[in-house]
Amino acid sequence: MSGILVVQEAGRNRISFEALAAGRRLSELTGLPVETAAVGDPNAAVFVEPSGQPPAVAYAVKHPLLEKYTSDGYVLAFEQLIRKLEPSYIVFPHTYQSRDYVPRLATRFGQVLLSDIVAMEAGPTFVRQVFQGKMTGTYRPLSGGPCFVSIQAGAFPADQPVAGTTTILPFEPQIDAAQIRTTPGAPFRGSSQTVDLGSAQRIVSVGRGIKEAENLPLVQALATALGAEIAASRPICDNGWLPMERQVGSSGQTVAPKLYVAVGISGAIQHLVGIKGSQCIVAINKDPDAPIFEVADYGIVGDLFEVVPALTAAVKAAKA
Amino acid sequence: MKIIVAIKQVPDRDAQVRIDAAAKWIEESDIQFALNESDAYALEEALQLKEKHGGEVIVVSAGPERVGQTIREALAKGADRAIHVACDDLGTRDALGVARLLAAAVKPENPDLVLTGLQSEDLGLGQTGVILAELLGLPHATLILHIDVEGDAGSSAHIKVKRELEEGWFQEIEMPTPAVLTIQSGGNKLRYATLMGIKRAKLKEVRTLAASELGTDAAPVVILERLALPQKQKSTQILPGNAKEAAAALVEKLKFEVRVL
Repeated sequence: MSGILVVQEAGRNRISFEALAAGRRLSELTGLPVETAAVGDPNAAVFVEPSGQPPAVAYAVKHPLLEKYTSDGYVLAFEQLIRKLEPSYIVFPHTYQSRDYVPRLATRFGQVLLSDIVAMEAGPTFVRQVFQGKMTGTYRPLSGGPCFVSIQAGAFPADQPVAGTTTILPFEPQIDAAQIRTTPGAPFRGSSQTVDLGSAQRIVSVGRGIKEAENLPLVQALATALGAEIAASRPICDNGWLPMERQVGSSGQTVAPKLYVAVGISGAIQHLVGIKGSQCIVAINKDPDAPIFEVADYGIVGDLFEVVPALTAAVKAAKA
Repeated sequence: MKIIVAIKQVPDRDAQVRIDAAAKWIEESDIQFALNESDAYALEEALQLKEKHGGEVIVVSAGPERVGQTIREALAKGADRAIHVACDDLGTRDALGVARLLAAAVKPENPDLVLTGLQSEDLGLGQTGVILAELLGLPHATLILHIDVEGDAGSSAHIKVKRELEEGWFQEIEMPTPAVLTIQSGGNKLRYATLMGIKRAKLKEVRTLAASELGTDAAPVVILERLALPQKQKSTQILPGNAKEAAAALVEKLKFEVRVL
Protein backbone atom coordinates (compact mmCIF):
# COMPACT_ATOMS: atom_id res chain seq x y z
CA MET A 1 0.00 0.00 0.00
CA SER A 2 1.32 3.39 -0.90
CA GLY A 3 -1.59 5.16 0.65
CA ILE A 4 -2.99 7.00 3.61
CA LEU A 5 -3.63 5.15 6.85
CA VAL A 6 -6.02 6.86 9.27
CA VAL A 7 -5.68 5.60 12.84
CA GLN A 8 -8.91 6.04 14.75
CA GLU A 9 -9.33 6.01 18.51
CA ALA A 10 -12.13 4.00 20.08
CA GLY A 11 -14.24 6.12 22.40
CA ARG A 12 -13.13 9.30 20.64
CA ASN A 13 -15.45 8.86 17.69
CA ARG A 14 -16.02 12.46 16.66
CA ILE A 15 -12.37 13.43 16.29
CA SER A 16 -11.67 9.99 14.80
CA PHE A 17 -14.17 10.69 12.03
CA GLU A 18 -12.57 14.09 11.58
CA ALA A 19 -9.25 12.28 11.13
CA LEU A 20 -10.95 10.27 8.38
CA ALA A 21 -12.13 13.52 6.79
CA ALA A 22 -8.54 14.77 6.98
CA GLY A 23 -7.44 11.53 5.34
CA ARG A 24 -9.84 12.21 2.47
CA ARG A 25 -8.50 15.76 2.15
CA LEU A 26 -4.99 14.32 1.91
CA SER A 27 -6.27 11.85 -0.65
CA GLU A 28 -7.53 14.76 -2.82
CA LEU A 29 -4.07 16.34 -2.62
CA THR A 30 -2.07 13.18 -3.32
CA GLY A 31 -4.38 10.86 -5.25
CA LEU A 32 -3.61 8.10 -2.73
CA PRO A 33 -6.27 5.75 -1.32
CA VAL A 34 -7.39 5.87 2.33
CA GLU A 35 -7.50 2.95 4.71
CA THR A 36 -8.20 3.02 8.41
CA ALA A 37 -7.18 1.17 11.54
CA ALA A 38 -8.06 1.18 15.21
CA VAL A 39 -7.33 -0.88 18.26
CA GLY A 40 -10.33 -2.86 19.33
CA ASP A 41 -13.03 -5.31 18.50
CA PRO A 42 -13.98 -5.32 14.80
CA ASN A 43 -17.56 -4.59 15.89
CA ALA A 44 -16.58 -1.53 17.91
CA ALA A 45 -18.45 1.69 17.23
CA VAL A 46 -15.43 3.35 15.71
CA PHE A 47 -15.62 0.84 12.84
CA VAL A 48 -19.36 0.65 12.55
CA GLU A 49 -20.32 4.29 12.82
CA PRO A 50 -18.10 5.61 10.05
CA SER A 51 -20.28 3.56 7.71
CA GLY A 52 -21.60 7.01 6.81
CA GLN A 53 -18.21 7.84 5.36
CA PRO A 54 -16.22 4.66 5.04
CA PRO A 55 -12.80 3.85 3.68
CA ALA A 56 -12.62 0.59 1.70
CA VAL A 57 -10.55 -1.26 4.30
CA ALA A 58 -10.41 -1.02 8.08
CA TYR A 59 -7.88 -2.92 10.19
CA ALA A 60 -9.08 -4.02 13.59
CA VAL A 61 -5.89 -4.20 15.64
CA LYS A 62 -6.44 -6.77 18.35
CA HIS A 63 -4.29 -8.25 21.09
CA PRO A 64 -4.99 -9.02 24.77
CA LEU A 65 -2.09 -6.74 25.76
CA LEU A 66 -3.78 -3.80 24.00
CA GLU A 67 -6.93 -3.91 26.10
CA LYS A 68 -5.51 -1.23 28.37
CA TYR A 69 -3.73 1.58 26.63
CA THR A 70 0.05 1.67 27.09
CA SER A 71 2.46 3.60 24.92
CA ASP A 72 4.75 0.58 24.64
CA GLY A 73 1.91 -1.66 23.45
CA TYR A 74 0.56 0.82 20.93
CA VAL A 75 3.99 1.65 19.54
CA LEU A 76 4.71 -2.05 18.98
CA ALA A 77 1.32 -2.73 17.40
CA PHE A 78 1.34 0.20 15.01
CA GLU A 79 5.00 -0.22 14.14
CA GLN A 80 4.13 -3.69 12.87
CA LEU A 81 1.02 -2.54 11.03
CA ILE A 82 2.90 0.30 9.33
CA ARG A 83 5.78 -1.98 8.30
CA LYS A 84 3.21 -4.38 6.80
CA LEU A 85 1.15 -1.77 4.95
CA GLU A 86 3.93 0.73 4.14
CA PRO A 87 1.62 3.75 3.94
CA SER A 88 3.01 7.08 2.75
CA TYR A 89 0.96 9.05 5.29
CA ILE A 90 -0.46 8.13 8.66
CA VAL A 91 -3.14 10.43 10.10
CA PHE A 92 -4.11 10.46 13.79
CA PRO A 93 -6.61 12.48 15.83
CA HIS A 94 -4.64 14.85 18.08
CA THR A 95 -5.66 13.47 21.48
CA TYR A 96 -3.88 12.94 24.78
CA GLN A 97 -3.44 9.33 23.71
CA SER A 98 -1.85 10.01 20.33
CA ARG A 99 0.37 12.70 21.87
CA ASP A 100 1.59 10.01 24.26
CA TYR A 101 2.73 7.35 21.79
CA VAL A 102 2.89 8.68 18.22
CA PRO A 103 6.11 10.75 18.65
CA ARG A 104 7.79 7.55 19.86
CA LEU A 105 6.32 5.56 16.96
CA ALA A 106 7.50 8.16 14.44
CA THR A 107 11.01 8.06 15.92
CA ARG A 108 11.17 4.32 15.10
CA PHE A 109 10.84 5.33 11.44
CA GLY A 110 13.32 8.22 11.71
CA GLN A 111 10.39 10.63 11.38
CA VAL A 112 8.66 13.30 13.45
CA LEU A 113 4.98 13.84 14.03
CA LEU A 114 3.44 16.91 12.42
CA SER A 115 1.19 17.52 15.38
CA ASP A 116 -2.10 19.38 15.78
CA ILE A 117 -2.52 20.17 12.07
CA VAL A 118 -5.31 22.60 11.15
CA ALA A 119 -5.04 22.55 7.33
CA MET A 120 -3.37 20.78 4.41
CA GLU A 121 -2.28 22.45 1.19
CA ALA A 122 -0.92 21.38 -2.19
CA GLY A 123 2.49 19.73 -1.95
CA PRO A 124 1.25 18.47 0.39
CA THR A 125 2.22 20.89 3.12
CA PHE A 126 0.76 20.96 6.61
CA VAL A 127 -0.35 24.00 8.57
CA ARG A 128 -0.23 24.21 12.36
CA GLN A 129 -0.55 27.00 14.90
CA VAL A 130 2.66 28.24 16.48
CA PHE A 131 3.62 30.86 19.08
CA GLN A 132 0.45 30.24 21.12
CA GLY A 133 -1.79 30.71 18.09
CA LYS A 134 -0.34 34.12 17.24
CA MET A 135 0.94 32.71 13.93
CA THR A 136 0.56 29.72 11.65
CA GLY A 137 3.49 27.67 10.41
CA THR A 138 3.50 25.73 7.14
CA TYR A 139 5.57 22.55 7.32
CA ARG A 140 6.91 20.50 4.44
CA PRO A 141 8.05 16.89 4.84
CA LEU A 142 11.44 16.43 3.17
CA SER A 143 12.09 12.72 3.34
CA GLY A 144 10.44 9.81 1.62
CA GLY A 145 8.28 9.14 4.65
CA PRO A 146 6.22 7.68 6.06
CA CYS A 147 4.82 11.03 7.12
CA PHE A 148 3.05 11.15 10.53
CA VAL A 149 0.31 13.75 11.00
CA SER A 150 -2.16 14.44 13.83
CA ILE A 151 -5.14 16.71 13.29
CA GLN A 152 -6.72 19.26 15.61
CA ALA A 153 -10.28 18.70 16.82
CA GLY A 154 -12.74 20.66 14.69
CA ALA A 155 -10.29 21.46 11.89
CA PHE A 156 -11.62 18.88 9.41
CA PRO A 157 -15.41 18.71 9.79
CA ALA A 158 -16.81 15.22 9.35
CA ASP A 159 -20.43 16.05 8.62
CA GLN A 160 -20.60 15.09 4.94
CA PRO A 161 -21.54 11.41 4.54
CA VAL A 162 -19.79 9.50 1.78
CA ALA A 163 -21.37 6.35 0.37
CA GLY A 164 -19.60 3.01 0.29
CA THR A 165 -18.86 -0.10 2.31
CA THR A 166 -15.94 -1.10 4.47
CA THR A 167 -14.20 -4.46 4.69
CA ILE A 168 -12.91 -5.03 8.20
CA LEU A 169 -9.72 -7.07 8.40
CA PRO A 170 -8.27 -8.30 11.68
CA PHE A 171 -4.64 -7.51 12.45
CA GLU A 172 -2.96 -9.27 15.35
CA PRO A 173 0.45 -7.82 16.23
CA GLN A 174 3.08 -9.80 18.10
CA ILE A 175 3.57 -8.34 21.56
CA ASP A 176 5.26 -9.90 24.55
CA ALA A 177 4.15 -8.90 28.04
CA ALA A 178 7.78 -8.15 28.98
CA GLN A 179 7.87 -5.42 26.32
CA ILE A 180 5.27 -3.37 28.18
CA ARG A 181 7.08 -1.48 30.91
CA THR A 182 4.28 0.60 32.40
CA THR A 183 1.26 -0.51 34.42
CA PRO A 184 -1.69 1.83 33.89
CA GLY A 185 -4.38 2.25 36.52
CA ALA A 186 -8.07 2.77 35.79
CA PRO A 187 -9.08 6.34 34.92
CA PHE A 188 -10.68 8.29 37.76
CA ARG A 189 -12.40 11.65 38.13
CA GLY A 190 -10.64 14.47 39.90
CA SER A 191 -12.52 16.48 42.47
CA SER A 192 -16.22 15.80 42.42
CA GLN A 193 -17.50 18.08 39.73
CA THR A 194 -20.17 20.35 41.16
CA VAL A 195 -20.03 23.00 38.48
CA ASP A 196 -21.39 22.04 35.09
CA LEU A 197 -20.09 24.77 32.83
CA GLY A 198 -21.14 22.72 29.81
CA SER A 199 -24.78 23.64 30.30
CA ALA A 200 -24.22 27.25 31.43
CA GLN A 201 -25.93 29.82 29.19
CA ARG A 202 -23.64 32.68 30.12
CA ILE A 203 -20.00 32.46 31.13
CA VAL A 204 -17.51 35.12 32.13
CA SER A 205 -14.04 33.65 31.88
CA VAL A 206 -10.84 35.14 33.22
CA GLY A 207 -7.20 34.69 32.18
CA ARG A 208 -3.70 35.79 33.04
CA GLY A 209 -4.54 39.43 32.31
CA ILE A 210 -6.14 39.66 35.76
CA LYS A 211 -2.58 39.57 37.17
CA GLU A 212 -3.43 38.88 40.86
CA ALA A 213 -5.95 36.71 42.70
CA GLU A 214 -6.94 39.87 44.60
CA ASN A 215 -8.36 41.31 41.36
CA LEU A 216 -10.83 38.46 40.79
CA PRO A 217 -13.81 40.21 42.48
CA LEU A 218 -13.77 42.65 39.55
CA VAL A 219 -14.61 39.81 37.18
CA GLN A 220 -16.96 38.14 39.66
CA ALA A 221 -18.96 41.38 39.77
CA LEU A 222 -19.37 41.32 35.99
CA ALA A 223 -20.43 37.66 36.11
CA THR A 224 -23.01 38.45 38.80
CA ALA A 225 -24.38 41.38 36.80
CA LEU A 226 -24.74 39.19 33.72
CA GLY A 227 -26.13 36.23 35.70
CA ALA A 228 -23.16 34.23 34.42
CA GLU A 229 -20.97 31.45 35.77
CA ILE A 230 -17.36 32.41 36.36
CA ALA A 231 -14.72 30.32 34.62
CA ALA A 232 -11.02 30.60 33.82
CA SER A 233 -8.20 29.61 31.55
CA ARG A 234 -5.69 27.06 32.74
CA PRO A 235 -3.05 29.35 34.33
CA ILE A 236 -5.62 30.80 36.76
CA CYS A 237 -6.54 27.32 37.99
CA ASP A 238 -2.88 26.20 37.99
CA ASN A 239 -2.21 29.05 40.41
CA GLY A 240 -5.09 27.91 42.59
CA TRP A 241 -6.95 31.21 42.17
CA LEU A 242 -10.07 29.37 41.05
CA PRO A 243 -10.84 25.65 41.48
CA MET A 244 -9.83 23.31 38.63
CA GLU A 245 -13.50 22.53 37.96
CA ARG A 246 -13.92 26.08 36.62
CA GLN A 247 -11.28 25.59 33.96
CA VAL A 248 -12.34 25.84 30.31
CA GLY A 249 -10.28 24.27 27.53
CA SER A 250 -8.88 20.98 26.30
CA SER A 251 -7.83 19.92 29.79
CA GLY A 252 -10.93 21.36 31.45
CA GLN A 253 -14.54 21.67 30.42
CA THR A 254 -15.92 22.23 26.94
CA VAL A 255 -18.59 24.91 26.92
CA ALA A 256 -21.31 26.05 24.53
CA PRO A 257 -23.03 29.06 26.12
CA LYS A 258 -25.07 31.75 24.40
CA LEU A 259 -22.55 34.30 25.68
CA TYR A 260 -18.88 33.77 26.49
CA VAL A 261 -16.98 36.79 27.78
CA ALA A 262 -13.20 36.27 27.77
CA VAL A 263 -11.47 38.72 30.09
CA GLY A 264 -7.70 39.00 29.83
CA ILE A 265 -7.46 35.68 27.98
CA SER A 266 -5.01 35.68 25.06
CA GLY A 267 -6.60 32.63 23.46
CA ALA A 268 -4.07 29.81 23.39
CA ILE A 269 -5.15 26.87 21.24
CA GLN A 270 -5.91 24.74 24.29
CA HIS A 271 -8.40 27.32 25.48
CA LEU A 272 -10.02 28.01 22.10
CA VAL A 273 -10.90 24.37 21.46
CA GLY A 274 -13.02 24.48 24.63
CA ILE A 275 -15.12 27.49 23.57
CA LYS A 276 -15.74 26.78 19.89
CA GLY A 277 -19.39 25.95 20.50
CA SER A 278 -20.18 29.36 22.02
CA GLN A 279 -22.84 31.34 20.14
CA CYS A 280 -21.36 34.74 20.92
CA ILE A 281 -17.80 35.37 22.09
CA VAL A 282 -16.79 38.71 23.56
CA ALA A 283 -13.08 39.38 24.11
CA ILE A 284 -11.60 42.04 26.34
CA ASN A 285 -7.83 42.26 25.99
CA LYS A 286 -5.15 44.92 25.89
CA ASP A 287 -3.27 43.22 23.03
CA PRO A 288 -5.03 43.84 19.67
CA ASP A 289 -3.07 40.90 18.19
CA ALA A 290 -4.20 38.39 20.83
CA PRO A 291 -5.51 35.22 19.11
CA ILE A 292 -8.77 35.49 21.08
CA PHE A 293 -9.79 38.27 18.67
CA GLU A 294 -9.66 35.77 15.79
CA VAL A 295 -12.63 33.88 17.19
CA ALA A 296 -14.47 36.73 18.95
CA ASP A 297 -17.71 38.24 17.64
CA TYR A 298 -17.17 41.44 19.60
CA GLY A 299 -13.93 42.81 20.93
CA ILE A 300 -12.84 45.60 23.21
CA VAL A 301 -9.16 46.43 23.00
CA GLY A 302 -8.25 48.02 26.30
CA ASP A 303 -7.21 47.72 29.90
CA LEU A 304 -9.52 45.23 31.57
CA PHE A 305 -9.19 47.13 34.85
CA GLU A 306 -11.03 50.02 33.18
CA VAL A 307 -13.25 48.09 30.77
CA VAL A 308 -14.66 45.48 33.17
CA PRO A 309 -15.99 47.91 35.80
CA ALA A 310 -17.45 50.08 33.03
CA LEU A 311 -19.12 47.04 31.50
CA THR A 312 -20.47 45.88 34.87
CA ALA A 313 -22.01 49.31 35.42
CA ALA A 314 -23.47 49.40 31.89
CA VAL A 315 -25.00 45.92 32.27
CA LYS A 316 -26.54 46.87 35.61
CA ALA A 317 -27.94 50.07 34.11
CA ALA A 318 -29.41 48.19 31.14
CA LYS A 319 -31.10 45.68 33.42
CA ALA A 320 -32.43 48.29 35.82
CA MET B 1 18.16 10.14 42.73
CA LYS B 2 19.76 11.80 39.79
CA ILE B 3 17.24 13.85 37.87
CA ILE B 4 17.82 15.64 34.60
CA VAL B 5 15.40 18.38 33.61
CA ALA B 6 15.37 19.41 29.96
CA ILE B 7 14.32 23.06 29.73
CA LYS B 8 13.70 25.40 26.82
CA GLN B 9 14.03 29.13 26.52
CA VAL B 10 11.07 30.61 24.62
CA PRO B 11 9.83 34.12 23.81
CA ASP B 12 8.25 35.68 26.87
CA ARG B 13 4.47 35.27 26.93
CA ASP B 14 3.90 39.01 26.63
CA ALA B 15 6.54 39.50 23.93
CA GLN B 16 5.23 41.07 20.73
CA VAL B 17 6.55 38.46 18.34
CA ARG B 18 6.87 39.53 14.70
CA ILE B 19 7.57 37.46 11.61
CA ASP B 20 11.02 38.07 10.11
CA ALA B 21 11.62 39.36 6.57
CA ALA B 22 12.08 35.88 5.11
CA ALA B 23 8.85 34.67 6.82
CA LYS B 24 10.84 31.70 8.14
CA TRP B 25 11.16 32.65 11.78
CA ILE B 26 10.45 35.51 14.19
CA GLU B 27 12.46 38.68 14.76
CA GLU B 28 14.48 37.72 17.80
CA SER B 29 16.46 40.90 18.26
CA ASP B 30 13.95 42.95 20.22
CA ILE B 31 12.10 40.45 22.39
CA GLN B 32 12.46 39.08 25.90
CA PHE B 33 12.93 35.37 26.49
CA ALA B 34 11.82 33.26 29.44
CA LEU B 35 11.74 29.71 30.76
CA ASN B 36 9.01 27.65 29.08
CA GLU B 37 6.16 27.34 31.58
CA SER B 38 5.67 23.57 31.71
CA ASP B 39 9.47 23.17 31.94
CA ALA B 40 9.32 25.38 35.04
CA TYR B 41 6.85 22.89 36.53
CA ALA B 42 9.17 20.01 35.55
CA LEU B 43 12.03 21.78 37.36
CA GLU B 44 9.83 22.34 40.42
CA GLU B 45 8.83 18.67 40.53
CA ALA B 46 12.51 17.67 40.28
CA LEU B 47 13.53 20.04 43.09
CA GLN B 48 10.75 18.69 45.34
CA LEU B 49 11.80 15.08 44.63
CA LYS B 50 15.38 15.98 45.54
CA GLU B 51 14.25 17.60 48.78
CA LYS B 52 12.34 14.45 49.66
CA HIS B 53 14.74 11.75 48.48
CA GLY B 54 18.12 13.44 48.10
CA GLY B 55 20.23 13.33 44.96
CA GLU B 56 21.06 15.79 42.25
CA VAL B 57 19.14 17.96 39.78
CA ILE B 58 20.85 18.77 36.50
CA VAL B 59 19.30 21.05 33.91
CA VAL B 60 20.05 20.66 30.22
CA SER B 61 19.08 23.15 27.55
CA ALA B 62 19.85 23.53 23.86
CA GLY B 63 20.11 26.85 22.08
CA PRO B 64 22.26 29.90 21.45
CA GLU B 65 24.21 31.91 24.01
CA ARG B 66 21.12 33.72 25.36
CA VAL B 67 19.92 30.38 26.78
CA GLY B 68 22.61 30.82 29.46
CA GLN B 69 20.37 33.32 31.23
CA THR B 70 17.49 30.84 31.57
CA ILE B 71 19.96 28.18 32.76
CA ARG B 72 21.18 30.58 35.51
CA GLU B 73 17.57 31.11 36.59
CA ALA B 74 17.12 27.35 36.96
CA LEU B 75 20.35 27.13 38.97
CA ALA B 76 19.16 30.02 41.14
CA LYS B 77 15.95 28.12 41.89
CA GLY B 78 18.00 25.19 43.13
CA ALA B 79 19.32 22.98 40.31
CA ASP B 80 22.83 21.73 41.15
CA ARG B 81 24.52 22.07 37.78
CA ALA B 82 23.75 22.49 34.11
CA ILE B 83 24.64 21.38 30.61
CA HIS B 84 24.24 23.91 27.82
CA VAL B 85 24.12 22.36 24.36
CA ALA B 86 25.30 25.31 22.31
CA CYS B 87 23.70 25.56 18.90
CA ASP B 88 22.54 28.48 16.79
CA ASP B 89 20.37 26.45 14.41
CA LEU B 90 17.62 25.31 16.77
CA GLY B 91 14.95 26.82 14.51
CA THR B 92 15.93 24.69 11.51
CA ARG B 93 16.24 21.44 13.43
CA ASP B 94 13.08 19.39 13.74
CA ALA B 95 11.95 17.80 17.02
CA LEU B 96 13.98 14.67 16.29
CA GLY B 97 17.12 16.72 15.64
CA VAL B 98 16.73 18.61 18.93
CA ALA B 99 15.95 15.44 20.87
CA ARG B 100 19.08 13.80 19.42
CA LEU B 101 21.20 16.65 20.79
CA LEU B 102 19.59 16.35 24.22
CA ALA B 103 19.88 12.55 24.21
CA ALA B 104 23.60 12.74 23.42
CA ALA B 105 24.09 15.17 26.31
CA VAL B 106 21.91 13.21 28.77
CA LYS B 107 23.04 9.65 28.08
CA PRO B 108 26.52 9.77 29.70
CA GLU B 109 24.91 11.06 32.92
CA ASN B 110 22.87 7.85 33.43
CA PRO B 111 20.02 9.65 35.23
CA ASP B 112 17.26 7.93 37.20
CA LEU B 113 14.66 10.32 35.85
CA VAL B 114 14.49 12.71 32.94
CA LEU B 115 11.77 15.35 33.23
CA THR B 116 10.66 17.99 30.77
CA GLY B 117 7.59 20.12 30.12
CA LEU B 118 4.85 18.61 28.01
CA GLN B 119 5.23 21.18 25.27
CA SER B 120 6.96 24.41 24.37
CA GLU B 121 5.18 27.73 24.19
CA ASP B 122 6.82 28.68 20.88
CA LEU B 123 6.39 25.74 18.50
CA GLY B 124 4.20 23.59 20.74
CA LEU B 125 5.18 20.34 19.03
CA GLY B 126 4.81 18.48 22.33
CA GLN B 127 7.19 15.67 21.42
CA THR B 128 10.70 16.31 22.64
CA GLY B 129 10.34 14.33 25.88
CA VAL B 130 8.70 11.34 24.20
CA ILE B 131 11.32 11.21 21.42
CA LEU B 132 14.04 11.54 24.05
CA ALA B 133 12.62 8.47 25.82
CA GLU B 134 12.77 6.45 22.61
CA LEU B 135 16.31 7.58 21.82
CA LEU B 136 17.44 6.68 25.36
CA GLY B 137 15.53 3.38 25.26
CA LEU B 138 13.56 4.31 28.39
CA PRO B 139 9.87 3.98 29.27
CA HIS B 140 7.91 7.23 29.41
CA ALA B 141 4.65 8.78 30.52
CA THR B 142 3.19 12.14 29.46
CA LEU B 143 1.05 14.88 31.03
CA ILE B 144 2.24 14.05 34.52
CA LEU B 145 1.07 16.13 37.49
CA HIS B 146 2.70 14.26 40.35
CA ILE B 147 5.47 11.71 40.95
CA ASP B 148 5.73 9.33 43.90
CA VAL B 149 8.94 7.36 44.37
CA GLU B 150 8.32 3.96 45.87
CA GLY B 151 10.94 1.60 47.29
CA ASP B 152 14.39 2.97 48.00
CA ALA B 153 15.43 5.82 45.75
CA GLY B 154 18.34 3.85 44.31
CA SER B 155 18.69 1.81 41.16
CA SER B 156 15.68 -0.40 41.89
CA ALA B 157 13.31 2.54 42.43
CA HIS B 158 9.86 2.34 41.12
CA ILE B 159 7.59 5.30 40.51
CA LYS B 160 3.89 5.92 40.57
CA VAL B 161 2.81 8.94 38.55
CA LYS B 162 -0.48 10.81 38.20
CA ARG B 163 -1.35 11.42 34.57
CA GLU B 164 -3.92 13.91 33.34
CA LEU B 165 -6.47 12.61 30.87
CA GLU B 166 -9.02 14.65 28.96
CA GLU B 167 -12.09 16.36 30.44
CA GLY B 168 -11.24 16.14 34.12
CA TRP B 169 -10.12 12.50 34.25
CA PHE B 170 -6.83 11.20 35.62
CA GLN B 171 -5.02 7.90 35.94
CA GLU B 172 -2.09 6.50 37.88
CA ILE B 173 0.71 4.70 36.10
CA GLU B 174 3.38 2.57 37.72
CA MET B 175 6.71 2.22 36.03
CA PRO B 176 10.35 1.35 36.74
CA THR B 177 13.20 3.85 36.64
CA PRO B 178 15.07 5.11 34.78
CA ALA B 179 12.20 6.76 32.95
CA VAL B 180 11.28 9.92 31.06
CA LEU B 181 8.25 11.97 32.15
CA THR B 182 6.70 15.02 30.52
CA ILE B 183 5.19 17.34 33.09
CA GLN B 184 1.87 19.16 32.85
CA SER B 185 1.60 22.60 34.44
CA GLY B 186 -0.30 23.09 37.67
CA GLY B 187 0.84 19.99 39.58
CA ASN B 188 2.64 22.04 42.18
CA LYS B 189 3.41 25.62 43.13
CA LEU B 190 6.39 27.23 41.43
CA ARG B 191 9.09 28.68 43.66
CA TYR B 192 10.90 31.93 43.10
CA ALA B 193 14.67 32.19 43.19
CA THR B 194 15.91 33.65 46.46
CA LEU B 195 18.65 36.26 46.65
CA MET B 196 20.92 33.60 48.14
CA GLY B 197 19.97 31.23 45.32
CA ILE B 198 20.89 33.84 42.73
CA LYS B 199 24.28 34.37 44.40
CA ARG B 200 24.98 30.66 44.61
CA ALA B 201 23.97 30.08 40.98
CA LYS B 202 26.97 32.11 39.86
CA LEU B 203 29.30 29.50 41.36
CA LYS B 204 27.52 26.45 39.98
CA GLU B 205 28.93 24.44 37.08
CA VAL B 206 27.57 25.06 33.58
CA ARG B 207 29.21 22.74 31.09
CA THR B 208 28.91 23.84 27.48
CA LEU B 209 28.82 21.20 24.79
CA ALA B 210 28.99 22.29 21.17
CA ALA B 211 26.27 20.66 19.07
CA SER B 212 28.94 19.75 16.52
CA GLU B 213 30.83 17.72 19.18
CA LEU B 214 27.82 15.55 19.95
CA GLY B 215 27.98 13.83 16.57
CA THR B 216 24.26 13.79 15.95
CA ASP B 217 22.47 14.03 12.65
CA ALA B 218 21.19 17.57 12.04
CA ALA B 219 19.41 16.90 8.73
CA PRO B 220 15.71 17.56 9.32
CA VAL B 221 12.94 15.35 7.96
CA VAL B 222 10.46 18.24 7.99
CA ILE B 223 11.05 21.97 7.64
CA LEU B 224 9.09 24.96 8.81
CA GLU B 225 8.72 26.56 5.42
CA ARG B 226 6.73 29.69 6.16
CA LEU B 227 5.26 31.67 9.04
CA ALA B 228 2.11 33.71 8.52
CA LEU B 229 -0.44 35.62 10.54
CA PRO B 230 -3.55 33.53 11.13
CA GLN B 231 -6.65 34.09 9.07
CA LYS B 232 -9.57 35.35 11.07
CA GLN B 233 -12.23 32.72 11.62
CA LYS B 234 -14.89 35.32 12.30
CA SER B 235 -15.23 38.98 11.45
CA THR B 236 -14.77 40.53 14.85
CA GLN B 237 -16.47 43.84 15.53
CA ILE B 238 -14.04 45.87 17.57
CA LEU B 239 -15.99 48.34 19.66
CA PRO B 240 -14.15 51.66 19.65
CA GLY B 241 -13.89 54.45 22.17
CA ASN B 242 -12.79 54.67 25.76
CA ALA B 243 -13.73 52.01 28.30
CA LYS B 244 -17.11 53.58 29.08
CA GLU B 245 -18.07 54.10 25.43
CA ALA B 246 -16.97 50.61 24.39
CA ALA B 247 -18.84 49.06 27.33
CA ALA B 248 -22.01 50.95 26.41
CA ALA B 249 -21.72 49.89 22.77
CA LEU B 250 -21.23 46.27 23.81
CA VAL B 251 -24.29 46.32 26.06
CA GLU B 252 -26.34 47.63 23.09
CA LYS B 253 -25.11 44.68 20.99
CA LEU B 254 -25.81 42.15 23.74
CA LYS B 255 -29.28 43.55 24.25
CA PHE B 256 -30.49 44.04 20.68
CA GLU B 257 -28.39 41.75 18.47
CA VAL B 258 -27.30 38.83 20.64
CA ARG B 259 -30.39 39.20 22.86
CA VAL B 260 -28.83 37.83 26.00
CA LEU B 261 -29.68 40.73 28.28
